[in-house]
Amino acid sequence: MIVPKKIRVIPRLDIKGANVIKGVHLECLHIVGNPEEMATRYYSQGADELIYMDVVASLYGRNNLLDIVEKTAKNVFIPLTVGGGIRSIDDIKSVLRAGADKVAINTHATLNPQFITAAARTFGSQCIVGSIEAKKINEDRWEVFTDNGRVETGLDAVNWAINLEQLGAGELLITSIDQEGTAKGYDTELIKKIAPNISIPVIACGGAGKPEDMVLAVKEGFADAVAAGNIFHYNKYSIAEVKKFLRERGIDTRS
Amino acid sequence: MRKTIVIDYGFGNLFSLTKALAFLGANYSVSDNPEEVEKAEAIILPGVGAFGDGIAELNKRGLNEAVIEGAKRGIPLLGICLGMQFLFEKSHEFGEHKGLGLIKGEVKRITLTEKPFFKIPHTGWSPLLPPDGTEGFNNPLFSGIKPGSEAYFVHSYAGKSQTDDIIANTIYCETKILAAVGKGNVFGTQFHPEKSGEIGIQILNNFLSL
Repeated sequence: MIVPKKIRVIPRLDIKGANVIKGVHLECLHIVGNPEEMATRYYSQGADELIYMDVVASLYGRNNLLDIVEKTAKNVFIPLTVGGGIRSIDDIKSVLRAGADKVAINTHATLNPQFITAAARTFGSQCIVGSIEAKKINEDRWEVFTDNGRVETGLDAVNWAINLEQLGAGELLITSIDQEGTAKGYDTELIKKIAPNISIPVIACGGAGKPEDMVLAVKEGFADAVAAGNIFHYNKYSIAEVKKFLRERGIDTRS
Repeated sequence: MRKTIVIDYGFGNLFSLTKALAFLGANYSVSDNPEEVEKAEAIILPGVGAFGDGIAELNKRGLNEAVIEGAKRGIPLLGICLGMQFLFEKSHEFGEHKGLGLIKGEVKRITLTEKPFFKIPHTGWSPLLPPDGTEGFNNPLFSGIKPGSEAYFVHSYAGKSQTDDIIANTIYCETKILAAVGKGNVFGTQFHPEKSGEIGIQILNNFLSL
């Protein structure tokens, strides 16, 4: 199969306080490093974008996050998406002002879908990433969760994805809670249910343990971009190695 | 270094651009005041979002005339993304809208065949390719840029330009799309140089050094 475009490889850095942290199924968190240092390293290795996800997402301690974004944006010139706890137009303004390019919105979109429309109208759809965290419930159903997999919404992930596009999101970040942190591969089945059925790009997230997982997400799931944490954070593979592997498997990437 | 004004018409995100300009040590300021734009020695017109709403905001503030006047004075002008689309005569995004008319041509929606990988907006990195029939870039904006270097795009509409104004095209899902235009002192990039890594920084630096 020839993929007729360049697939993006995106490190995802989960932020708590001043640190990058990592866990399994979005829980059991521990510290892995300093965000600005890691972001700079990934930028120089050829990352196509970066995602900062504030996993605590509390109203307190937001200054840490803004400070991290601000420092990163001074010398990292690739798109930067910031998510976690975005609740208002003013929240979006403050992360953009710090130097972010896009915001990922999960919880607040499920509570108030019109927020996506209002945000897209104010900042443009290209700025608004609909973030979906999903758990597989049975053979045909994935359910949307919020607050790092703690709160169920009753929403069907595939329908919600279609809905987010209609509401004005410019891109979707699809994270499998089942796979997240396991290094057992993406939930390719879930990606495949969503990506070919919407016209906006889909970023697959959660579970990448080896470059082959990314090949599956792209060739079988039709993902437009692949996000990963552990595989990069623990230096199992550099971004350049992953991209080389993808190119050898017929998936073009930015060199 | 030229005193560069980044035009602020209340639309989209200027912060990434100003961070790249700060990184390059540019002498820049952000302004929505036509009088200041009239004193500029270089102008950058950024932008994201829909053409009609954007140009209406520009016109409302009298910035359209200030930008056209700057182009006529011969100072370097760079439109980025929607800012590049404004340079054309007309756009077909949600109805017909008149542009600044500094570059001949129109802005139309990208059309792709239906296949699972073909997505609009065109979001991501695509190669910068010299115009048909040429081998390298010969516009000063692209000085030092190798054909095939990749830049970051995010757009659903694109300009259709006269051949001699094309600096670069790109290819996305087998479709050729206009990536950069130049006519004298007026330039436009459909991609975001401020988000295109070292290649983009080089292009911004080339602009600042004109």
